[in-house]
Amino acid sequence: MASQIDPRGPRFGATVTSVVLTLALVAGPKWGLALLVLQAFAFGLGALLGLRYQPYGWVFRRFVRPRLGAPEELEDERPPRFAQSVGLGFALVGILGALFSSDLVFFIAVGFALVAALLNAVFNFCLGCELYLLGRRLFARPAAASSKS
Amino acid sequence: MTGLLVAAIAALVALGFGLYRKAIDGRVQVVGSPAAPTLDASRLATGLGSEATFVQFSAEVCAPCRATARVLADVTAGLSGVEHIELDAATRLDLVNELGITRTPTVLLLDGTGAVRNRIVGAPRKTEVLAALEVLTESSDKR
Repeated sequence: MASQIDPRGPRFGATVTSVVLTLALVAGPKWGLALLVLQAFAFGLGALLGLRYQPYGWVFRRFVRPRLGAPEELEDERPPRFAQSVGLGFALVGILGALFSSDLVFFIAVGFALVAALLNAVFNFCLGCELYLLGRRLFARPAAASSKS
Repeated sequence: MTGLLVAAIAALVALGFGLYRKAIDGRVQVVGSPAAPTLDASRLATGLGSEATFVQFSAEVCAPCRATARVLADVTAGLSGVEHIELDAATRLDLVNELGITRTPTVLLLDGTGAVRNRIVGAPRKTEVLAALEVLTESSDKR
């Protein structure tokens, strides 16, 4: 059984992420790179080690949650963790764009990451619901076809 | 300057897409009867309800799937001829491909014969689910 978390944690994290990504975009590929690296680091900790190690989640638990009441219900950790790994993917592409001075790649990748973070922050959007199945269908097609025979 | 523009576009896209999804998510769609696919018990590994069956496609990375399962369990509780079957979409890619399921949760409402009559993409709205179920069981009573 995957660990259970307060669903407001990832939403708080998405809000912080939206601010950081907006600042990175406004600062541009040159100066925004440092912010994007920080954000990628936060995504990476959440995606690879678990949300317990996601720094924004830590801030939420340490400073925000004590001021709120107990959550109505807990949530599985896996959906927001999947979202962190999608964010990490966009951030890494953006970093590569900035490093190889392709401003276009930087702006597109960070722009998409910002769309995802805003959807999560404002609408509690479930990125895993959209992309996970799509990914499985794309990558598992040969296996699925052979298992049917 | 470019960055500010990109951020503004991203905000507009997120707002537009989010509002659009909010409007359509969980609506009950009617599946046209000539084209309606049919599922039987052998493919679902569980028996169908004699009147209706909710087949829910879920994924482990899908948060609203839990709420969906709760709503459907609530709706089917106490109804003898109505079943709720939850499938892991990732392990049933055969059905996912065949039925054109693009995201989770997707719920199919089957009639007593296993024909798909309604499709709900996104977390269902309980009142709409109850209304669709009523239409379905009423039409089967007439047969």
